[in-house]
Amino acid sequence: MGHVEILDAKTKDKLCFLDKVEPNATIGEIKSMFHKSHPQWYPARQSIRLDPKGKSLKDEDVLQYLPVGTTATFYFRDLGAQISWVTVFLTEYAGPLLIYLMFYFRVPFIYASKYDFTTSKHWVVHLACMCHSFHYVKRLLETLFVHRFSHGTMPLRNIFKNCTYYWGFAAWMAYYINHPLYTPPIYGEQQIRLALIVFLFCQIGNFSIHIALRNLRPPGSKTRKIPYPTKNPFTWIFLLVSCPNYTYELGSWLGFTLMTQCLPVAAFTLVGFIQMTVWAKGKHRSYLKEFRDYPTLRSPILPFIL
Amino acid sequence: MASGEEDRTVEEKETNNKKRTKGAIATAWLTFYNIAMTAGWLVLAVVMVRYYLQKGTHKGLYKNIARTLKFSQTFALLEVGHCAIGIVRTSVIVTGVQVCSRIFMVWFITNSIRQIQNEESVILFVVVWTITEITRYSFYTFNLLNHLPYFIKWARYNMFIVMYPLGVIGELLTIHAALPYVRRSGMYSLRLPNKYNVSFDYYYFLIIVMLSYIPLFPQLYFHMLRQRRRVLHGEIVVEKDE
Repeated sequence: MGHVEILDAKTKDKLCFLDKVEPNATIGEIKSMFHKSHPQWYPARQSIRLDPKGKSLKDEDVLQYLPVGTTATFYFRDLGAQISWVTVFLTEYAGPLLIYLMFYFRVPFIYASKYDFTTSKHWVVHLACMCHSFHYVKRLLETLFVHRFSHGTMPLRNIFKNCTYYWGFAAWMAYYINHPLYTPPIYGEQQIRLALIVFLFCQIGNFSIHIALRNLRPPGSKTRKIPYPTKNPFTWIFLLVSCPNYTYELGSWLGFTLMTQCLPVAAFTLVGFIQMTVWAKGKHRSYLKEFRDYPTLRSPILPFIL
Repeated sequence: MASGEEDRTVEEKETNNKKRTKGAIATAWLTFYNIAMTAGWLVLAVVMVRYYLQKGTHKGLYKNIARTLKFSQTFALLEVGHCAIGIVRTSVIVTGVQVCSRIFMVWFITNSIRQIQNEESVILFVVVWTITEITRYSFYTFNLLNHLPYFIKWARYNMFIVMYPLGVIGELLTIHAALPYVRRSGMYSLRLPNKYNVSFDYYYFLIIVMLSYIPLFPQLYFHMLRQRRRVLHGEIVVEKDE
């Protein structure tokens, strides 16, 4: 039986003393106990570490395997209000879906009133609406049924930042694509057909990767394994790339840019590409650090290039 | 064994020497840069004073100082580079925002909208900039020469309290004065329909720029106030943890 004391990481004040803690207690359980004495700090916003400036301990870590004595001293940092990943994803994806449709149906006060509730005369505009809507419906369904999240929560302020990004860009591109003065692609049907093929190919690819990643991880677990190509040809890209979900996502938006020939869409694709590259490089680096036998042929996001 | 150890210390000495030479070159360049900038803005100040004493009015003054102003202010872009390569310990973003807003005022407002060049607000912000920059660059120069007179330090960390808001007023009034001319001429704007399916309205862009002063100015102002407290009073300011 051990004791646990929890100190504030900044002020070193004694916040909590837990006596008679089982040696096989997990950090997660200790967080629940701490929450009882400080109800404003629910477990998701607690960061417990061995060192005031050190890394956060994981919920799964077990007390007796940590380098502590009979009385374990932990340091606590408040991570701030938290919100679940699922909530953030659903909100940030529902926005673009609805916002785009508002522009597509030319809801009043957006364009000149003589265009209220009219539809575009260009068939590519209808196609674009279907593709854009399909994309975000797919994302919403994946959030609900496919993705297995490592972290339960993220800081609350992220929802404002993320929604501004997604909703803002959706409004910006939807405004021009559905505008009465929209100019269809220069190369007409050929350009639109090629764009649609690229878009659909990458949507299927992206979905295949999400399924493959989900199958790496048994339900409710947080294990990490190296992803490998499966029987699905869309996953064979794993031979060359660590994060093919981002590769396919880039491809989808390149397709949509080509289809709509709209500069704001190109801008959105570029910004998304930059962000995904940052994420892919980070993921690639943690794969290399965690697995000594990680395949050397793989690049983070673009085969052989990036 | 023994020679191996010698090789290692020779290597260390070589790296340290390289570091020291790099530091010396950086200091030499920065000293030259700051002296040059101090001189540039002093010239501007002298020209302005002489013009006003001779003509008794500010009308036509802008034309006289336009070239020197554009040159001095554009040269300041180098400062972003200094932060980026690390020879100056300031945030690239803070410097970048400052320099960009200056470049914007000079090139995209006063230089391109001729009708507002004789406005009083232009003189206001140019005077403010001149005083501020002469103080700032001479402060850096003396700092690099390790001989900083207290009054320069005092000026650098106190004058901004008044200069900053005055400069902002000058800039905002100038942009506001430019609005009707921008709207009428449709300059820097792209209308629909076009093959890029995008539009840009410089008039509304300027309104957004004016509104952006509201969140940005207090941040920069309080940044300077915090620096002032640290430098002049040696207060230990606990920065908020992110």
